[in-house]
Amino acid sequence: MRKVLVANRSEIALRVIRTCRELELDTVAVYSDADRDALHVRQADEAVSIGKPHARESYLNVDKLIDAARETGADAIHPGYGFLSESSRFAEACEAAGVTFVGPSAEAIAAMGDKAAARRLAREAGVPVVPGTDASTDTDVAQRGADEIGYPVMVKAAAGGGGRGIRVARDADELRGLVADAAREAEAAFGDASLYVEKLLERARHVEIQVVGDRHGNVVHFHERECSLQRRRQKLVEESPSPALESSTREGMAEAAVRLAEAVGYTSAGTVEFLVDEDERFYFIEMNTRLQVEHGVTEMVTGTDLVREQLLVAAGEELELSQEDVTPSGSSIEFRINAEDPDRGFQPAPGRIESLELPGGPGVRVDTAIYAGYTVPPFYDSLIAKLLVWAPTREQGLRRGRRALEELRIEGVATTIPLHLRLLEDERVLAGDIHTGYLEQVPA
Amino acid sequence: MADRKTIKSPMPGTFYRRPSPDEDPFVNEGDRVSSGDVLGLVEVMKSFNEVKSDQDGVVESFLVENEDAVEAGQDLVELGEG
Repeated sequence: MRKVLVANRSEIALRVIRTCRELELDTVAVYSDADRDALHVRQADEAVSIGKPHARESYLNVDKLIDAARETGADAIHPGYGFLSESSRFAEACEAAGVTFVGPSAEAIAAMGDKAAARRLAREAGVPVVPGTDASTDTDVAQRGADEIGYPVMVKAAAGGGGRGIRVARDADELRGLVADAAREAEAAFGDASLYVEKLLERARHVEIQVVGDRHGNVVHFHERECSLQRRRQKLVEESPSPALESSTREGMAEAAVRLAEAVGYTSAGTVEFLVDEDERFYFIEMNTRLQVEHGVTEMVTGTDLVREQLLVAAGEELELSQEDVTPSGSSIEFRINAEDPDRGFQPAPGRIESLELPGGPGVRVDTAIYAGYTVPPFYDSLIAKLLVWAPTREQGLRRGRRALEELRIEGVATTIPLHLRLLEDERVLAGDIHTGYLEQVPA
Repeated sequence: MADRKTIKSPMPGTFYRRPSPDEDPFVNEGDRVSSGDVLGLVEVMKSFNEVKSDQDGVVESFLVENEDAVEAGQDLVELGEG
């Protein structure tokens, strides 16, 4: 591996480029017409224009990306997160073009991408799953299954993911009223009308385990991240370790995640997501077969560069770390800074960054690709920065987070900074007494 | 001369004439619309916002194509009294 094309944009493209440079790998950026002035373009060794702003014509265009790799002689493609990072078709296209896909095999992506098949695999690997049904295009199956499991239930699209295509039914009547719509929507959004039903665990925590596998049969976990502070199933704050779990729960989850990764022959960085109920019973929800937005908190507590591990195992190297070498220390918290106005229903707020002051000092990391004078385009995700802090204890981390959020000044666009500052005044957030529905309940 | 008015984009983003790629356009040229009718969608940062008519009238013409990038305040649809 000599030259890596980064098939992404914004902070994650920059993040990957940084590690490539440390590994002395050449880098190729790609950019849409909306991203000519983007920082990832300036920081890469080369940059290739790949088309119109709309992602389908640029960052989601497999042919253009493969052509860009050919044109520049890139021998590997890192997909970042989002866009094509969980596309088995893209992984196959890379392989067919003789380019290393920096991710797991197309088979592993496909196996975990079909959420119902993933549940089946998890069960077979002895990993507890949320009580639910298999996927079916027959809506009666959903209905009968839900009656058996007990309400409330979630109706999910088998081909969905990332919180999309999910509906909640509190009783049989409500379910009857929405299955047909849900099937139609799944067909329109994902080209597959299959649905499955899962028990809705209320007041559950979202806790996920970071794993890395290599091509020599090794899988190592990097402990957990707690991501219970979410709005509409989009994470806003993540931390490691979880502020609440018993060490036996943590270990049980980590072992389960490793078993699942082994069962699918997982050969990259990935995340196994669980819900944890109030009795600390944990249930597998899905595996994200890519680098996660919030991977940084794991890097802060373990001292491991996960992108480096990802690149090395993609190049065929054996993991240098064994499980005993992964010894997390301290506490890390990430605050997602989105260009959204929390006081106006989180309305997206693209636009020009008039001025920018970044925080610094001990234990502070900012992953961002914005700069003063940069215009945040309206075409992509609203995430414009990730503010991460590390401290020896969670209490110190929370104080450091507040201090860093106060230092961070972004003028020109509305952001989620005021929301984070309010959350850091919230007794239950400070106590870690949270669940995935908590943010929806408090007046943001 | 019929009085004409344009409907503008409330925000920057991508303009869509259809609720989803497989469905019919919200409205076509020549259609009579009432105030509050949805004329299209503007996608901004993965969130979809309806563009509604602020008056009764007839759709004279679309000033942008489906999936065009649009600016805040850009003219999208020309309405006539019909």
